[in-house]
Amino acid sequence: MPEGQFCNKRPVNTDEELKALLGDTGGQKYYQEMKALEVDTALLWSTIQKTMKSRIKTWLSICAHCGMCADSCFIYRVSNRNPKQVPAYKIQSTLGEIVRRKGKVDNAFMHMAMETAWAKCTCCNRCGMYCPHGIDMGVMFGYLRGLLYQQGFVPWEMKIGAGMHRVYRAQMDVPNEEFVDTFQWMVEENQEEYPRLEVPVDKEGADILYTVNAREVKHYPEDLAEAAILFHIAGEDWTVTSEGWELTSLAMFAGDWEACKMQVTSVYGAMERLKPKRMVGTECGHAHRATVVEGPYWAGRKDGQTPVPSIHYVEWLAEALRTGKLKIDPEKRIKVPVTIQDSCNYIRNHGLKEVTREIISYIVEPGYFRDMSPNREHNYCCGGGGGFNGIGLYRRQRNEALKTKRDQILATGAELVLAPCHNCWDAIRDLIEEYEVPVKWSFLKPLILKMAVVPEHLKPRE
Amino acid sequence: MYAFLTGPMFWLSLAVFIAGLFWRAVWYARGLDWQLDRVAYRAWPKEGARGAVRSVFRWLVPFGTRGWRVQPFMTVVFFLFHAGAVLAPVFLLAHNVFLESKLGVSLPALPRFLADALALLAVIAGLLLALRRVALPEVRILTDWRDGLVLALSLAPFITGLLARFQAGDYQFWLLAHIISGEAFLIAAPFTKLSHIVLFFMSRAQLGMDYGIKRGGMKGKGMAW
Repeated sequence: MPEGQFCNKRPVNTDEELKALLGDTGGQKYYQEMKALEVDTALLWSTIQKTMKSRIKTWLSICAHCGMCADSCFIYRVSNRNPKQVPAYKIQSTLGEIVRRKGKVDNAFMHMAMETAWAKCTCCNRCGMYCPHGIDMGVMFGYLRGLLYQQGFVPWEMKIGAGMHRVYRAQMDVPNEEFVDTFQWMVEENQEEYPRLEVPVDKEGADILYTVNAREVKHYPEDLAEAAILFHIAGEDWTVTSEGWELTSLAMFAGDWEACKMQVTSVYGAMERLKPKRMVGTECGHAHRATVVEGPYWAGRKDGQTPVPSIHYVEWLAEALRTGKLKIDPEKRIKVPVTIQDSCNYIRNHGLKEVTREIISYIVEPGYFRDMSPNREHNYCCGGGGGFNGIGLYRRQRNEALKTKRDQILATGAELVLAPCHNCWDAIRDLIEEYEVPVKWSFLKPLILKMAVVPEHLKPRE
Repeated sequence: MYAFLTGPMFWLSLAVFIAGLFWRAVWYARGLDWQLDRVAYRAWPKEGARGAVRSVFRWLVPFGTRGWRVQPFMTVVFFLFHAGAVLAPVFLLAHNVFLESKLGVSLPALPRFLADALALLAVIAGLLLALRRVALPEVRILTDWRDGLVLALSLAPFITGLLARFQAGDYQFWLLAHIISGEAFLIAAPFTKLSHIVLFFMSRAQLGMDYGIKRGGMKGKGMAW
């Protein structure tokens, strides 16, 4: 069975393989090899027989072909309502067809399925809300991604991302020491302004275990400093872990369920070792979805819960503002028209719509908040979810998909977009650049930091 | 012929309908898998039930969900079709007279004009659904012969029943055609997409449990369908 050097059915498990794969710039050789990759049809069919249970079988078989899902899909809407972008069509012509053919599909079919699974669906799960039968095509696309990953038909960046989690237990090549060093370095940088600022590492029994996105360590270390300062100002008893600190999961986007489990069990291990009262994760949507919402199931936890209660940064922030741990200087509240991006992964898929509005009530001058339309759980994907942002092969399609969010933002008249999610933040940055949209965008931490009142005893002595 | 259709064939089709749909519901529930579905069904029965009930009932109400509100034409046609499809056959006086003779029990009957109107509206709505399938590109691309068959199976008992009821042409002929098409519907239900008669409730309840237990049901106000 021909397998390429880079493009094959084997996951990336070592640093050498990872570096070699990264060395294949843009995945040129990888995609070349994919053209000759054989489909293991027996494996495909036996996997389906083992893992496709009544829920997905029923979804595929009772779809009434009514087309009510069409308009729910932002990619259908930005594709001039191309019928081939109707969610039911997309899943029936890929997963549905694989099942009808009992796994007997060829290389060209798998290429088509790969493009459909990663460039025509961001797994935002919006269509599931508009189907009378409750058929969630986003969930099915997640399942399809798993089948495609197993067969080696996965975009280059996704294979690398899953490999990163396997090798580093992080979405980027950030070793544990680098995480701790970077956090400590960023804290030291700010000790002049906040003399007693520190980052407690591996402290047992703290109130809060804080987990991050490896991108912050690698590219946006100021985010770590902001998190530390806000916990410091709020007087929180917090800690980070030297192992199991990564909240994200590109493995989830890739459909590499084994790596998903490896990743979340590293975080759960930290929870069990340090026994914090609860975990707070950074401003990231898919990371919350992976570690808090889906992760317990990958790890085989029957109650569907993480070892300690785990919350998103917006939940902690709303609570800190509500209880007065963090106080906002009313003079410094946001006084420009502002909107917020509701992230699919924790608004639609984890019900946090009210806490984000609560935060707004504290930080935005009354009268300046403009909600997008539609909003909350009915909001559209930013355009870059589910890994779409990171896949070079599908950059053109991703840029098209950004138009939905661009138009939603422009319709609000906002000058500032709050984006408490890494994926949304990236997509909004890219749409601003691609379409020259005159707005600013931001995570919450830097904004809160500018308007929070620093208690006297935490200020430097003159 | 009439005796056979209203005797053994009636019992057979009713048995296939009830046992078949019951089996599909049982098969569905037994196939739910907390780990593969990623929903902790057993750990959170109360939250699951709440999510399931909300998910089913909001969708049973015309314009009760955003999905219904944004597609008003479909909503009106859909509910007219289903109101007729469910109410007319179950609460028709003639059917209940027949049931009384067979089982010794019957259900309350609708006034004659209401039953007529429901049946007629169901036929009109069914034809509009067929038209929608052909007219809208996003529905046309999904449509295959099975969808046509299911719609024909659903409409045939209404059309033949109305023709018999208003004695258009040969009453005996339309009555037999009505009984045959009705029994064909009952027999086909468990084996076709008509199985949504029960699987709609199962599937909606499942997604409701998913949202009720895992995807935010324990946070805030719950899903605004």
